[in-house]
Amino acid sequence: MRLTCPLCGERDRREFYYYGAEDYLHRPSEGAPLSEWDSYLHLRDNVAGVVRDLWYHEAGCAQWLVVTRNTVTHEISGVELVAERAK
Amino acid sequence: MRYSGFRVIAEALTGHKGWKPVWRDPDPKPDYDYIIIGGGGHGLATAYYLAKEFGQARIAVLEKGYLGGGNVGRNTTIIRSNYLLDGNEPFYEFSLKLWEGLEQDFNYNAMVSQRGIINLIHTDAQRDAATRRGNAMILHGADARLLSRDEVRQMYPWLNFDNARFPIKGALMQPRGGTVRHDAVAWGYARGADQRGVDLIQNCEVTGMRIENGRIKGVETTRGYIGAKKVGVAVAGSSSKVMAHAGMRLPIESHVLQAFVSEGLKPLIDGVMTFGAGHFYVSQSDKGGLVFGGDIDGYNSYAQRGNLPVIEDVAEGGMALMPAIGRVRLLRTWGGIMDMSMDGSPIIDKTHIEGLYFNGGWCYGGFKATPASGWCFAHLLAKDESHITARAYRFDRFLKGLMIDEKGQGATPNLH
Repeated sequence: MRLTCPLCGERDRREFYYYGAEDYLHRPSEGAPLSEWDSYLHLRDNVAGVVRDLWYHEAGCAQWLVVTRNTVTHEISGVELVAERAK
Repeated sequence: MRYSGFRVIAEALTGHKGWKPVWRDPDPKPDYDYIIIGGGGHGLATAYYLAKEFGQARIAVLEKGYLGGGNVGRNTTIIRSNYLLDGNEPFYEFSLKLWEGLEQDFNYNAMVSQRGIINLIHTDAQRDAATRRGNAMILHGADARLLSRDEVRQMYPWLNFDNARFPIKGALMQPRGGTVRHDAVAWGYARGADQRGVDLIQNCEVTGMRIENGRIKGVETTRGYIGAKKVGVAVAGSSSKVMAHAGMRLPIESHVLQAFVSEGLKPLIDGVMTFGAGHFYVSQSDKGGLVFGGDIDGYNSYAQRGNLPVIEDVAEGGMALMPAIGRVRLLRTWGGIMDMSMDGSPIIDKTHIEGLYFNGGWCYGGFKATPASGWCFAHLLAKDESHITARAYRFDRFLKGLMIDEKGQGATPNLH
């Protein structure tokens, strides 16, 4: 599997570290009820199909990436910088 | 038909014409008291114990493919109860005790072989941790022995004892651990359940759940609607997919774990061994192949195949431990889908929907748990309360901060 980093180009999977679902970008606001924190930290859609996950380009540009990927075919349809996305 | 030595001889003398199909292939009835979704090891064991130990009837097992076609036929067949934490060890020791009596109980040869498991120690800190773990096991009635370097060397003189980075300094052994013929476990439970009237319905995928006023009424399947008073889901690997029919999100990610078998070799390893300095474990099958594995691939996946970097990593672990296997050829690799839970421990619990029960989150430790998982899930289904050894396996432990985090990694499914 190879990921195309927006900054470094197409790189081997081993340069990247998988963190988890995109849910981690949606941190509950301060004072949110416990159930929201539980959902944010623990509960996942975990679909068989297209997902958006966070990867870290550990051995490259050290950027966090949102990767759009199919969990059944391992096909990658998009890689974006988290930093760009937040703007 | 009961199996026995006499039966084998009688059949041999009469041309093996008396063997019958081991289970029926019934069509689904309009409704049941209990529906178990998932005809793998855990689902079949649940149906078996529900009928045998808890005296329940009108039970069906629904399987989307064929019986035992999922992870029960894809694992590396190891049984053990060498856990540390209170929430886990009594459950896995209960499971190991059930393994010990299993073949007599269901009258089927599952080739339960208590050949012993050793976890190698490479540092002083690991020896301290192994001592603590061994003591925890003994306190819960399991067996554990701390082996010195010389004792390990007597067992396996050809290991890489003097590796500059990871010298072998001893091992934690559980003599009662071992291996089991995994397919036969599914077949034995299936046969036992069928004999007690359980309908094992194959090629029957659940496509929806009928839920009215917070109560389950039945399931939609590819073979039509089937009503049920209680529905138990035991589909580890696909848990999130099936529970989505009930609108639930689970504390689970699906990950692929690869396993490997080498070409057949002469007897080399008579037990099960784990490398303590990397993730590598190995045993040798009765056919002579080295059966081994390592880490999950590390990213969310439903593809039952893995990627090459993990194969390389596992091979490196094997070479670091056993340089002698350097020229052994790999025969097969394959992958299975794991329910990786947020704390590395399973869930056997009710849901907020009345009559809907869940069993999953087994990570890559589900096979050894099969008998106790079936027993405890049957207990929950029949009595509406958790079995004493499975009381910690609750959905709400994440919300309440009562995680059973054997590896101490926190809420990170890919690191357990």
